Amino acid sequence: MKLDSQNLPLEYSTETNKMNILGFWIFLSAEIMLFATLFTSYFVYVDRGVGSGPAGAEIFELPPVLIETFLLLTSSFTIGLAVHAMRIGRVKAMIGFMVVTLLLGAGFLSVEIYEFIHFYHIGATLQTSGFTATLLTTLGTHGAHVTFGLFWGIMIIVQVLRGGLNARTANKSFIFSLYWHFLDVMWIFIFSFIYLKGMM
Amino acid sequence: MDFLDRFSIPPHDDPMLYASIVAIGLVSIAIVFGVTYFKKWGYLWNNWLTTVDHKRIGIMYIISALLMLFRGGADAVMMRLQTAVPDNSFLDAQHYNEVFTTHGVVMIFFMAMAFIIGMMNFVVPLQIGARDVAFPRLNALSFWLYFAGAMLFNVSFVVGGSPDAGWTNYYPLAGTEFSEHVGVNYYNWALQISGIGTLMTGINFIATIMKMRAPGMKLMKMPMFTWSALITNLIIVFAFPVLTIALLMGTLDRQFFTNFFTTGDGGMDMMWANLFWVWGHPEVYILVLPAFGIYSQIIATFSQRNLYGYKSMVASMVIISLLSFMVWVHHFFTMGQGAVANSIFSITTMAIAVPTGIKIFNWLLTMWRGKIRFTTPMMYSVAFIPLFTIGGVTGVMLAMASADYQYHNTMFLVAHFHNVIIPGVVFAMIAGLIYYWPKMFGFMLNERIGKWAFWNIVIGFCLSFFPMYITGLNGQARRMYTYSEASGFGPLSMVSFFGALLLAVGFVIIVYNVYYSFRYAPRNVGDDPWNARSLEWATHNPVPEYNFAITPNVDSEEAFWDYKKNGHDLFKGEIKDIHMPNNSGWSIILAGFFFVFGFFFVFHVWVGVIIAFLGIIGCLIYRSFEKDDGHHIHKEEIEETENKFGGAK
Amino acid sequence: MKLKWTYLALLTGIAAFLAGCEPLLVLDPKGPQADTTATVIWISIFTMSFIVIVVLVMLAVILFKYRASKQDPDYEPPHIEGNKYVEGIIVAVPILIVAFLSVVSTISTHQVESPPEGYAEDEPLVIYASSSNWKWHFSYPEQDIETVNYVFIPTNQNVEFRLYSHGTISSFWIPQLAGQKYAMADMTNYLNVVADEPGEYMGRNSNFNGEGFAENEFAVTAMPPSEFDSWVEDIHNTADPLTEEEFEELLEPGHLGQMTFTGTHQEFKPAPEGENSPHNHGPSDSDEDGGHHHH
Repeated sequence: MKLDSQNLPLEYSTETNKMNILGFWIFLSAEIMLFATLFTSYFVYVDRGVGSGPAGAEIFELPPVLIETFLLLTSSFTIGLAVHAMRIGRVKAMIGFMVVTLLLGAGFLSVEIYEFIHFYHIGATLQTSGFTATLLTTLGTHGAHVTFGLFWGIMIIVQVLRGGLNARTANKSFIFSLYWHFLDVMWIFIFSFIYLKGMM
Repeated sequence: MDFLDRFSIPPHDDPMLYASIVAIGLVSIAIVFGVTYFKKWGYLWNNWLTTVDHKRIGIMYIISALLMLFRGGADAVMMRLQTAVPDNSFLDAQHYNEVFTTHGVVMIFFMAMAFIIGMMNFVVPLQIGARDVAFPRLNALSFWLYFAGAMLFNVSFVVGGSPDAGWTNYYPLAGTEFSEHVGVNYYNWALQISGIGTLMTGINFIATIMKMRAPGMKLMKMPMFTWSALITNLIIVFAFPVLTIALLMGTLDRQFFTNFFTTGDGGMDMMWANLFWVWGHPEVYILVLPAFGIYSQIIATFSQRNLYGYKSMVASMVIISLLSFMVWVHHFFTMGQGAVANSIFSITTMAIAVPTGIKIFNWLLTMWRGKIRFTTPMMYSVAFIPLFTIGGVTGVMLAMASADYQYHNTMFLVAHFHNVIIPGVVFAMIAGLIYYWPKMFGFMLNERIGKWAFWNIVIGFCLSFFPMYITGLNGQARRMYTYSEASGFGPLSMVSFFGALLLAVGFVIIVYNVYYSFRYAPRNVGDDPWNARSLEWATHNPVPEYNFAITPNVDSEEAFWDYKKNGHDLFKGEIKDIHMPNNSGWSIILAGFFFVFGFFFVFHVWVGVIIAFLGIIGCLIYRSFEKDDGHHIHKEEIEETENKFGGAK
Repeated sequence: MKLKWTYLALLTGIAAFLAGCEPLLVLDPKGPQADTTATVIWISIFTMSFIVIVVLVMLAVILFKYRASKQDPDYEPPHIEGNKYVEGIIVAVPILIVAFLSVVSTISTHQVESPPEGYAEDEPLVIYASSSNWKWHFSYPEQDIETVNYVFIPTNQNVEFRLYSHGTISSFWIPQLAGQKYAMADMTNYLNVVADEPGEYMGRNSNFNGEGFAENEFAVTAMPPSEFDSWVEDIHNTADPLTEEEFEELLEPGHLGQMTFTGTHQEFKPAPEGENSPHNHGPSDSDEDGGHHHH
């Protein structure tokens, strides 16, 4: 199935689909505000909320963060490939890329969990200080989003497997890809402004 | 008793409290019994509880808002009664604190918000000629989440342990160190759950207004209420996530012992105040902009003229929405951020007076050269103009940082914000309700009784709140459960109490009016009882399920007026099958799980939390797999309905 | 409508009457800071009354002139889009008013945030005022005394109150002497207060902080400097020293009467300022907390 310029892609093919995508973009702007609030709070606490606990430079470790960044960036690429495969109608490839995406996401989560355990062992828990609370809440909110995304992705894969590619499933897959890209962008902010800035 | 001790619920020792619990219990039993007796469960479930119809959802919002108005109003009367005379002991300090906290939370979140969202639900799709909102199912979920939040908050009153740290809930007072019992947990979870619903409403209505307007209705041809709804919902989407995070931090502090807002280990109590007001000030405009929209509709209708300065009305709302995010510091000028910061926020705050002033003058100029009919909705709108102006100018007075050091935390402030919220929001909602009543139910509310209510409410309002300006300047701090005779606050506080009683009487008259009109009002009001102007009046009263039999073709912001007077052809097409969404019990069930989730979370009952959480996940999975393509209303059926109304439109 | 205006007029009358028989605290200043705020309040009341009157008059005229009952039944109101000159005026006038008030606000805010005119050069009397549920503790580091729930100050001298809290946020307010400011656990705020006249003034916490809030008041007594000095001397002769243990007991939630001690709790429990600020972990930050001194 080749797309010509007259035809909209399948995920945009019905009014409901277009509406869903617009609605999801609006939802993402709310999500941006959510993370913006967390980042703003973080910038306040990182300077003034350390108390008697450790500062960022004392607890951040580069290797796990680099691995996390690599995994999530790659997964953003693979979900892009999945959407591309969807647009050219190659369902198997699409599902393959989605599975890879979710696996990379799961990998990301595993490293993040390792990192949290590490924080715990060196005495930087949720309760330690205002700074650690904000740090872990920000990372945790992102991580919770990824976790939710994993389950959501599985639902979509199951539906594509069962019902094939149609206006409904294409729409869902596309929206899921928007969500996943968004998480990746948020991670880039976390990586730059929390980790890199904290380690410098 | 162990169970209660574990969660530090303060003991019930007040007969008033028992009386209220019994009253709530009896009312609930009466409702259940009544519905069962009249065999209305099926009707209730099929037509209301599972509905996705924006009109019915709107009406449910408004009914809930009215219930909450009476709940919050009872609190208000109790407060005024307690402070009517010096050294009164009708309520003790703890109960007074619970009462004013509940009053604030209920009135802002569960009354005013529900009222404006209900109004938007009912009116906006009609005004833009749509069949429903963009996401009808989500809309039902929004309502039920709001309802779950409201019920969770009210449960605190029955179970015990109402929040008592003020509706602003400042930490560290609201933290576990100073508020050990579960009250503030209720606050956190009730607002969190209903806040999710509000955010979804925001998304839903932006999509609806952006995408579902009738052909020909360009943005600058939208009726003013729809414009106000669009901007309000944009503010919702940008402001509510801030509250979400603030409440999350509060929950973590209280239930997981973190140090966001504590006094030790890097906690910063000032952060709560900042986050709360970064959400809280835009919230003020979330409430008041739709009210402005309602007034714009009503004043134009009853002046029998088009709205003056349409473009500047829109521009001023856009400017207000932007400024609303830049003024939050004025809620705590006294926090010590210094003269420079305070001066800047002082100026941004006063700047809001400019677009607001434009609106006031535009309303006046709308009436100018008009033909003014003093119907009840118009009387509220006419009373709104001077009263809101007084509220607005006292707002400018408060915005002057140096003077605010004297007004802050006093009754002057209390007088000011009631002076904007009551004439601004509450009057608008009552006026809107009366105005749209025939559209909702097909008959009019009695005008004579309505005017009685109006005078009680307006005079009661003035008597209640104007004295507070004076006692505030005389050094009366807000939130004091009592004061000494020597303070001299006594006489004016008594006047306030009397005013509160008049207000209460006014609202009771409104309820009586509903009853009276339901029984005696004629049902043949026609489709245009007010000689109205905008598109929502181009369909029937009450509105059929599908809104418009034929999608209207719009050419101006006063589509219906042009249709009536200028021969504009609104309905060009012919009747076809109409696609409508199906009803679903999914929303109420999911919201029910949220309620259970919140309730157990308040009490740290993790088993319950986990079960409810699984319920939530289960609902989401169900929805993900559900295929629901809605249904069609057939052409014949529509024609039959239209004929009953006396011909298709 | 008439009823309403009569009624409003009545209300204004009552207000004026009440305001007339006893001056309202905030508008009856006894020191330069409160004098500034009172002046600002009067300026704003007059400016705002002008706006309210304009709106009221316009509304009354329009309602009277254009009410349907007075008009020809055939009258069809015109369609008027708007007029750029009219709209220009309704933008320009509010902007001018707001600009004027902005200037007043900025100048006066800077004034009340600094020592009052004529006192900038003098060394202020420093008093730490700290709140606990539901009391006020006043430490005089120089005089080495501490009081609870009352404070004596010399007249015609700048008193620098350093405000902080042992728990909840409270707000330190003496309406007749100066506007209020928050006392918080993790930051010290500064308030300059001068009393022109000897006398007793009401002071209170105005920020809700729990069950004992309503009674959270303190008495301020201003007296000539010589009397103040002999009062200090008296206390050194009669009062007991404040111990850490005793102070911890004082902090327990509740109400206490007025109390007097020698020594201050600053010695064992210093205010959250400078190096004692919980948010201060480097020299670069200290400027923020002490920034107030750079006027």
